[in-house]
Amino acid sequence: MAKEKELSQPMPPIGLWAPAVALGWLIPGGGHFLLKRTGRGILLLAAVTGMFLCGLMMRGAMFTPQSGDLLTTLINTGGFVGDVFSGILYLLSVWLGYNQPDQAGHVHDYGTKFLVTAGLLNILAMVDAYEIAARRKD
Amino acid sequence: MPKMNLSHFEAALLFSLFTSVVLGVVTKSTDRERIEYGVYTFVCFLVALFGLGWLMYLGHG
Repeated sequence: MAKEKELSQPMPPIGLWAPAVALGWLIPGGGHFLLKRTGRGILLLAAVTGMFLCGLMMRGAMFTPQSGDLLTTLINTGGFVGDVFSGILYLLSVWLGYNQPDQAGHVHDYGTKFLVTAGLLNILAMVDAYEIAARRKD
Repeated sequence: MPKMNLSHFEAALLFSLFTSVVLGVVTKSTDRERIEYGVYTFVCFLVALFGLGWLMYLGHG
């Protein structure tokens, strides 16, 4: 019943949630800051930035979209999307010339996963900012 | 940029910590529930970490 009610909720006007979601993409936790959820914004900023910086310090590789067989396309495009969702962290590191080749070794491998996961966690933060902006949660 | 050289365990622990914080923050609706869920998620990560670690150790014989 509750699920049906959730599904039947109309889409809120874009002007209500787009600024929070866009700022949330650019600056992790930014959407929460805009919506005056400062404490949660600080935690999200610290966690996503911490994850991303650890990934950089472990010399993780950034994904670039590649075509080829299905698995190659899926991994590289999915990884690229994950990287890009870190927002300003990704943009700054690319603009400042971070270009780590993919190397063998568990530390580099963890680094690559940390970089992608930082973006994926930021997607969760953006969804949360959307729900707060749309008044679906506090 | 300094270089980090972590063991598997340290890297997985750090990963668990950051992920638990975000999951705790975005999932629940009150601060108390958020803290409880964050701690619960972190403990789940640790159980999985040790469980899988032992499983691989025993599986190798």
